Amino acid sequence: MNKNVELKNHQREIFYFRLRLAISIGFVLLLLTILLGRFIYLQIVRHDYYQTLAESNRISVVPIVPNRGLILDRNGVVLAHNYSGYTLEINPGKTTDMEATINELSTLVEITPKDRKRFKKLLAEQRNSEALMIRNRLTDEEVARFAAQQYRFRSVEIKARLFREYPLVEKTAHLIGYIGRINQTDVDQLEENDLAANYRGSDYIGKTGLEQSYESELHGITGVEQVEVDSAGRAVRILSRKPPVSGNTLVLSIDAKLQEIAEQAFGNYRGALVAIDPNNGEVLAFVSKPGYDPSLFVDGIDPQSWDELNNSPDHPLNNRALRGQYPPGSTIKPFMALAGLFYHTRSPDRAISDPGYFNLPGSSHQYRDWKKGGHGSVDMFKSIVISCDTYYYGLATELGIDNIFSFLSRFGFGKKTGLDLEGETSGLLPSQEWKMKRYKDKWYAGDTVSVGIGQGYNLVTPMQLAFATATLANNGIGYKPHLVREVRSSRNSENRLIEAKPEFDLKLDPAHLDLVKRAMAAVTQPGGTAAQAAAGAPYHIAGKTGTAQVVAMKQGEKYDASKLSERNRDHAWFIAFAPAEQPKIALVVLAENGGHGGGTAAPIARKVFDYYLLGKVPTPLPDLVEGEDDQHD
Amino acid sequence: MQRIIAHLDLPLLLGISLLMLTSLVVLYSADNASWHRPLSQMLNIVAALTCMWLVANLPLHYLMRTAVPIYVLGMVLLIGVALFGEISHGARRWLNIGVATIQPSELMKIGVPLMMAWYFEKHEAALTLKNYFVAALLLLMPIVLIARQPDLGTAILISASGFYVLFLAGLSWRVMGVMFVAALASAPVLWSMLHDYQRHRIMMLFDPSQDALGKGYHTIQGMIAVGSGGILGKGYLNGTQTHLDFLPERTTDFIFAVYSEEFGLLGNLILLGLYLFVIGRGFIITANASTYFTRLMAGSITLTFATYAFVNMGMVSGILPVVGVPLPLVSYGGTSMLTLLLGFGMLMSIETHKKLVKT
Repeated sequence: MNKNVELKNHQREIFYFRLRLAISIGFVLLLLTILLGRFIYLQIVRHDYYQTLAESNRISVVPIVPNRGLILDRNGVVLAHNYSGYTLEINPGKTTDMEATINELSTLVEITPKDRKRFKKLLAEQRNSEALMIRNRLTDEEVARFAAQQYRFRSVEIKARLFREYPLVEKTAHLIGYIGRINQTDVDQLEENDLAANYRGSDYIGKTGLEQSYESELHGITGVEQVEVDSAGRAVRILSRKPPVSGNTLVLSIDAKLQEIAEQAFGNYRGALVAIDPNNGEVLAFVSKPGYDPSLFVDGIDPQSWDELNNSPDHPLNNRALRGQYPPGSTIKPFMALAGLFYHTRSPDRAISDPGYFNLPGSSHQYRDWKKGGHGSVDMFKSIVISCDTYYYGLATELGIDNIFSFLSRFGFGKKTGLDLEGETSGLLPSQEWKMKRYKDKWYAGDTVSVGIGQGYNLVTPMQLAFATATLANNGIGYKPHLVREVRSSRNSENRLIEAKPEFDLKLDPAHLDLVKRAMAAVTQPGGTAAQAAAGAPYHIAGKTGTAQVVAMKQGEKYDASKLSERNRDHAWFIAFAPAEQPKIALVVLAENGGHGGGTAAPIARKVFDYYLLGKVPTPLPDLVEGEDDQHD
Repeated sequence: MQRIIAHLDLPLLLGISLLMLTSLVVLYSADNASWHRPLSQMLNIVAALTCMWLVANLPLHYLMRTAVPIYVLGMVLLIGVALFGEISHGARRWLNIGVATIQPSELMKIGVPLMMAWYFEKHEAALTLKNYFVAALLLLMPIVLIARQPDLGTAILISASGFYVLFLAGLSWRVMGVMFVAALASAPVLWSMLHDYQRHRIMMLFDPSQDALGKGYHTIQGMIAVGSGGILGKGYLNGTQTHLDFLPERTTDFIFAVYSEEFGLLGNLILLGLYLFVIGRGFIITANASTYFTRLMAGSITLTFATYAFVNMGMVSGILPVVGVPLPLVSYGGTSMLTLLLGFGMLMSIETHKKLVKT
């Protein structure tokens, strides 16, 4: 009986399964019938139509390149734009004797040796058989002259094209960057990211700076035209057209005028300046000096100009603000002081007696203060105002490297700030773990001592130091720094504002902050290391000077600027924010081989503050005089 | 000899051999009369046939035992891809395991239906709605991971093969109806959750002219090739679309356009006939399968094979969006050949081992 039921069930199950299977077979037959129907439609009904299309493959798909988005400063000043102009292009595929063609052309329009060299380079790098530019920015007269003689040149044509221009030239070179011709590496990259279709017809792509970092916003969407072509490939009729969508406009937080003033304030010094609004992380000025003319790169740089830029001892292509890594020197002291207060290592009123040097217990090695004979009795406030080294040798030793590492890394040292510009370097904040990894050696007490005055293993980028200064100015609340403030869509009025949102709050004790900030304000008052630069300012500046050694001094040797060749002189630092009570701007100035922070870097900062806070435009600068005085730091 | 072919199903072997022969013939033309691709495809075929033979000789209980390990391995690898996968062409699909890079979603084409069929077999005695729900979950987990890579094409195909298992396992019509309605109803909600660029991509799938510079171009050229082939075709090695370089990906996803241009509607009928023959044989094996597990597995393999063929030919002839699906057994490529022949190996094992199980 039981067995019977089971068997019955089994049979029922089989029956249901086969029913479903039959439905499946019907489904497959339906699919095949659909395909068959489609084949009959294409191969019988529409055969003639497709036959003609195939015969001459008449449809040509022509991409329409979108206009690249503009870059504006916070007040609408144009930093990168497009203008239309004429170029002369040669199609190498149709030319038999290239040299002769160019020589003949040069009788009509001016072709410089630089143009020739650039053309040769383009020819060597060519990806496909497209026409290559021999001359750009033709004058109207040249266009007319060539047009009259065009019949003689089968392979040469005039094209109207959009050019990219950077009105501030070298002043924004490291910020805006440049576009350049798409090369094989770019092609691979685009294919990798599935973007190749959108770059059909495009010749240029952002190579450095914001042009690179915001490429996806700036490029726009390529339009397309389906055209009927005759056997020679000439377009006869437009079948369909999808217009291109221009790239989005970037509105920066940079103030172009401030940027210019900052750049000029450097005079002949090399260096970097980064100014940030501490209340929202907006970068107000971003200078790396010297700059270069970015337009040289747009159509491929000629070899001679390249050699000049690349081999210059000034390294104009190096983005110092973003990528330059320097010892922070004494600018680290306010942060070290905060660390001392945070870990209750030193109370503010505990004074040390400074003999002018420091030694570790049981060691005779002398870590010297910059001032021979010392500063006498020094408490924390005074240690910042006069930049006492001995105080910080001791403080660092008492804190220990682990605490220093943990506290400073919260301010962003040793890490990228996350600025919206590619290529940032991360500096170096040393730790026991790092030294073991890097040098396979343990951390010695002596290593900690020099970290205390920013001369040990530690390295910072100007960007990083600016970020840390802004965070300090804003009482420990850090806003992620950014250059782009708004992205304006070209398609609709949809504008994306980059929101200012606090990244972190270090939750520092207001009393600690107050002490350090008051001391920094005293740095620019009589008796402080930057008193001269701040003299007469109607607002208060809180700052800290610093110098970064380029060459190490031997034990007992005295630093003497006049004995060192210029490139071996110390780098000058100044970090500052103003007004000290309610900071609106925080900045860092680095003047390479500038000697003293107070003498060289602080006056640059003063000019920036004067313009930003008072609207005061500086009169042309006399050349900065090298500091010859004994005052250090 | 007898022992070597004992576990091969000869009609099925004949069908797939003819398709693979077609592959070599068309590849020679698609590769502009060069032996390079056909020879390399030959190696793919030999390797895949060997694997098929091995699987065909595996008794059924071994086959069943592989279900859980394959599925678990596949899931681990998919999670690995999501975490450490290599990005290529904008998608994270490949995993570098030191010696080689592998694409775990390929493994899941077999792993998912195998696991589901195994699960149903385990609970055959008293299937409740809960079991269908669990099986659907087994399907959904890998699908979500694969769709996120993003590899929409593979995700859809694996969904199909999993759905076939659910369908053949007797999922009630009412539940299917509810699922269908729910899917329709949630579509606008999902749509509103997508990013702008994702919507754009989906729109592009349905309107090739939206992407005339990218994949839409493929579709347009594919349709021209098929349409211009006419009833008898332009003749072997005479396809102009093919040989004048208009057809993109003509040895892989668009190989059907080459075939269709050169052999015309008549050739298409023959090709459809070959596919129908293989599918028909698959259904016969399914109908005769002796256990619940083998019925579900055989049915799913056969239906999935049919789906691949339909999707590829539909895509080339312009009735389906371009999702990267090769023409089964014909397109150039070792991985898809291997996956397909593993499936056929299972079909053969199901057919040739059934008597042993019955007794």
